[in-house]
Amino acid sequence: MSTADDAGARMSRAQRIKPSSGSDKLFELASRSAAYFVLILLAGIMISMVIGGWPAFREFGPGFLTSSVWDTQSEQYGAWPAIVGTLTTALIAMVVGVPLSLGIAIFLTQLAPGWMKKPVSTAVELLAAVPSIIYGMWGLFVFVPLFAAFVQIPVSSLTEGLPIVGTILYARSPSGLGILTAGLILAFMIVPFIASITRDMLEQIPTVLRESAYGIGCTTWEVVRYVLLPQAGVSIIGATMLGLGRALGETMAVTFVVGNANRLSASIFDPGSTIASRVANEFNEALGMQMSALIALGCILFFVTFAVLVCARLLVARVGKI
Amino acid sequence: MKPIRFFAAAAFVAASAIAPASAADITGAGATFPFPLYSKWAEAYKAATGNGLNYQSIGSGGGIRQIKAKTVDFGASDMPLKGEDLSKDGLIQFPSAMGAIVPAINVAGVEARGLKFTGPMLADIYLGKITKWNDKAIADVNPGVKLPDATINVVYRSDGSGTSFVWTDYLSRVSDEWKAKIGSNTSVSWPVGIGGKGNEGVSASVKQVANSIGYVEYAYAKQNKLSYGLIQNKDGKFPAPEDKSFQAAAANADWTAAPGYGIILNNQPGADAWPITSATFILIRKDGDAAKNAAALKFFDWAYSNGDKIAAELEYVPLPATVKTQIRQTWAKELKFTN
Repeated sequence: MSTADDAGARMSRAQRIKPSSGSDKLFELASRSAAYFVLILLAGIMISMVIGGWPAFREFGPGFLTSSVWDTQSEQYGAWPAIVGTLTTALIAMVVGVPLSLGIAIFLTQLAPGWMKKPVSTAVELLAAVPSIIYGMWGLFVFVPLFAAFVQIPVSSLTEGLPIVGTILYARSPSGLGILTAGLILAFMIVPFIASITRDMLEQIPTVLRESAYGIGCTTWEVVRYVLLPQAGVSIIGATMLGLGRALGETMAVTFVVGNANRLSASIFDPGSTIASRVANEFNEALGMQMSALIALGCILFFVTFAVLVCARLLVARVGKI
Repeated sequence: MKPIRFFAAAAFVAASAIAPASAADITGAGATFPFPLYSKWAEAYKAATGNGLNYQSIGSGGGIRQIKAKTVDFGASDMPLKGEDLSKDGLIQFPSAMGAIVPAINVAGVEARGLKFTGPMLADIYLGKITKWNDKAIADVNPGVKLPDATINVVYRSDGSGTSFVWTDYLSRVSDEWKAKIGSNTSVSWPVGIGGKGNEGVSASVKQVANSIGYVEYAYAKQNKLSYGLIQNKDGKFPAPEDKSFQAAAANADWTAAPGYGIILNNQPGADAWPITSATFILIRKDGDAAKNAAALKFFDWAYSNGDKIAAELEYVPLPATVKTQIRQTWAKELKFTN
């Protein structure tokens, strides 16, 4: 909106408000304080996390970020394995979940026969309503044994001894639990969000654009690639970031399947932990410095998520300009 | 976290709506392990005396925090506090009941109690030094058992837990290497394996993952029909986990060796003694409200006199009569309580 518009809006509002002001003032106050409330809440959470985690930050300094030790015996704490686990599981979830979601959205809006659209769309939306602990339990009781038997064990026996691949895709103890499993469960969890938002966006693109592209002889692929995706680009990035935010902070489902090991491993089949799963595991019994370290972990997750959202905003702004 | 919090909050609201805690209710919080026992005791106590008990199983660490913050009448912990911590916060500690831990196993072709372990062997498995089920060390102790050539999947408790404390304490007692490298606590830096959250997480992992070993409360293993192994005790025997062997572990112990009865019953002498047995503890403030302290002590006094049968039904182990007498003397001396 330009400044001229703003000025105009302000002026006309001033003219309109003058006669009766009581209820309007009240309404403005109410909505204004609602907006401020969010800011105060956010600031309050951030401040209390920094204060709660301060003993750990002061004790370990920047080493808290880079140290891999998590020893309740000698009261030494480091966040590195949990940070790596959080980012790795979220990355896996993105790599698997985003193409899957785009596929669903494009199929539903462009390719699916009419009778199919409604049931599949509803199914996707229902998936979004499933509580995360259900994904965790399904993951542990159903997915993990199948994953161990049909993926981890065969792949491990294939890759054993090979350079690089033999490190990344080799399970020392093929239990089915691990970073990759957690990433896949997260992917299933974020697909409904990204897919349904993207579908809505694709549906809002004017039909005339699509029709004219087909009219000049474009194939379906060309229409999707050169007409639809650029049109919906910003929204797709927004939807993806929403999914990423969920993947970074997801707790219960990950705790069930990630293996909860505080060790760094080069293999994505090996168990690990994320910031959220670490906090969920240890919070109940934590005292003193351990408690501070856990709150400090929460603080780090807060900033990581914040950084991700800022990046998303910048990305959206850039794409929006083009 | 979100759904859990929500459910916890919903459950709390529902509970407080249905059964408003009357002023006479005793409040307690802490260890999850004795929660089934305390709730059964509370039910029977309410039926017998009309007084209620509101116990929140929030974990031992939480119980210690709450009693220090004076928000409950008693705290409960699976890990005994040290003498200096007790005197610093003016707390009195005593045991309420005992339980035992068994190694749960899931090994193809091995039956329920078909596998024997020694203490050092368990430590080596959890250190990642024994990695295969057909390792010579295991085969030597189990002649005639057909062991698979499979990797051992080690399972541990990922959440802080009194069960982990007792288990790691046992491993520290039987293995110097474990003691030096890992030590004992409610959570430690496990060198190998996968973590399951809670007893149910460990048992689910052991059930789901082939060729695995974990550790759970005996009561839990029995209710969930998990296979478990036998462990060699200090006298070189392999007793079966049952009331008799748990009682034997408690009978030979010197309960006055640590302040607040804070002894750990691991690796006790005696041919029948089960090697991994532990007590669970109650904490009460010396400077607490006298009437509230008396109400809480009355409950435990009643439980000592009338609760043994309930404890045994739930696979907990009642305290020996001599220990109960000693504890009642402590109450009289430290808290001026006599019933």
